Amino acid sequence: MSSLTKVILQRLGLGVLTLFVVSLIIAFVVELLPGDITQAMLGQSATPETVAAFRAEIGLDRPAHIRYLQWLKGMLSGDMGRSLASKREITEFIGTRLSNTLFLGGVAAAFAVPLALFLGLLAALYRNSLYDRIVNLATLTSISFPEFFVAYILILFLSVKSGIFPGISNVSTDLAFGDKLFRTLLPALTLTLVVLAHMLRMTRAAIINLLSSPYIEMARLKGTRPFRVIVHHALPNAWGPIVNVIALNLAYLVVGVVVVEVVFVYPGLGQLLVDSVSKRDLPVVQACAMIFAVVYILLNLLSDIVSIVSNPRLLHPR
Amino acid sequence: MGKLILGAPLSAKIGLLVIFGYVFTAVFAPWIAPYSETAIVGSSYELWTEEFIFGTDNIGRDMLSRLIFGARNTIGIAFATVVIAFLIGGVTGMLAAILGGWYDMAISRLVDILMAVPSLIFALLLLTIFGTSILSLILIIAVLDSTRVFRISRSAAMNVVVMEFVEAARLRGEGMWWVIRKEVLPNIMAPLLAEFGLRFCFVFLFIAALSFLGLGIQPPTADWGSMVRDNATLINYNDITPLLPAAAIAGLTVAVNFVVDWMLHLSSGLRSD
Repeated sequence: MSSLTKVILQRLGLGVLTLFVVSLIIAFVVELLPGDITQAMLGQSATPETVAAFRAEIGLDRPAHIRYLQWLKGMLSGDMGRSLASKREITEFIGTRLSNTLFLGGVAAAFAVPLALFLGLLAALYRNSLYDRIVNLATLTSISFPEFFVAYILILFLSVKSGIFPGISNVSTDLAFGDKLFRTLLPALTLTLVVLAHMLRMTRAAIINLLSSPYIEMARLKGTRPFRVIVHHALPNAWGPIVNVIALNLAYLVVGVVVVEVVFVYPGLGQLLVDSVSKRDLPVVQACAMIFAVVYILLNLLSDIVSIVSNPRLLHPR
Repeated sequence: MGKLILGAPLSAKIGLLVIFGYVFTAVFAPWIAPYSETAIVGSSYELWTEEFIFGTDNIGRDMLSRLIFGARNTIGIAFATVVIAFLIGGVTGMLAAILGGWYDMAISRLVDILMAVPSLIFALLLLTIFGTSILSLILIIAVLDSTRVFRISRSAAMNVVVMEFVEAARLRGEGMWWVIRKEVLPNIMAPLLAEFGLRFCFVFLFIAALSFLGLGIQPPTADWGSMVRDNATLINYNDITPLLPAAAIAGLTVAVNFVVDWMLHLSSGLRSD
């Protein structure tokens, strides 16, 4: 057991290190610009006074290491600085945005995960059957679709033609839960379709990998019924790969959310990020990028740890 | 080659045909398109008529012409990006496999860090700094995507550089570039080619998504992603015109994926996934 905790602690350490380096990159990406960011943002005609004021505003007048430490301290204590565009405290509005995005992601995951596991398992069990081939073709096709294509097809059929769902998901905090869920359904459905294909293919590959191992063949040869082989022999060993698939795809979902939020005008973190990039509102972009990066890295870390815990071969590497 | 294609499954044949159609459209765009890419030829959002087969867009440009020119711009930019990504990632990856040691260590760790963050997030951050021009778009995505190419080419080259024939070439005093070009590269060509198709799909969708968000290819250049964005309101009037450019994007990626699927199947013999 002690070696297990050691490996997990190592991974956690690595994760913290990664987060640290990523935060360094996000904070110092400003320095990448040849010349000065103030000139790029204010234009050539800016007077020396406005340049100086702008430099003080985004903190460029202080030395780099102090600027980084202050930025990091702010990030950790919930003070993310001020938006350049609206002059408001970022912390004021980023909280509701984040919770909206997490809500959308959560609803999408609640649909996608069970559906992908079930369909993937079926495809693996009836390998090379007609069903499997159709699933292969369908998932390959849907992986190739841009998110906005899926979104607009859904809007056309479920909103414009039939009028079941609203085409715009303008949720706000004062909505009742049921109403909020209803308005979130269409973007969530889009996200579900987007991650479903990936997840299904990965589940199928993981299960097929497992079913080809010798001990499963042994169980079959000794005459165990198929259902028992799956539930008692395969499933206990399948949890590792399955959880891995789920965590990886949730991480993928975190990014897919950006485009879908823009299509549905859903007031989440992704839409805020895109708006801020087009306004070149650097502090907000940095804050959003950091939040997305943290969630993504943590989910990957989780999938890493789960696969270690569930796989004895990774525990004792040769 | 011809025999190989004849023996391909139906999906791969269709894929090849579709890809050929796209490339043909892209190359001969000025001769096929009825109007110019930027000319305003009617009032905005005209319906589908004989004069304008797919109607006109939000400021009255011919939709069909823009779709045809969009093939050239969108595919061209994505292709250039992937080629640069493969040059960067392929060379550094093969060098890492051959040199090993601290060089391999340093670049691999750098790639690990870059891959720890979703490339969309990185790309948005960098676009904030450098602004949205076509050149910065191509370079940013090429660098971010070269990390994936690095991984593949490094691991593929690792298996080749330990072979005796590479050892022999080195012992008889061949230079590094000779070894890379004549010994390593031909032997990792098959996986790299399949990867090229996959990376192209990814980059193509990625640029389309950025353009759709208004952060990619800028107007008045005709481009499928931003065409969806510009005409999106039509959807609410039960008009499928904005779906056309999106379908054009999907059509090409589906075709490439079908071909890649077949190539992966060929190169791996019997792969389960």
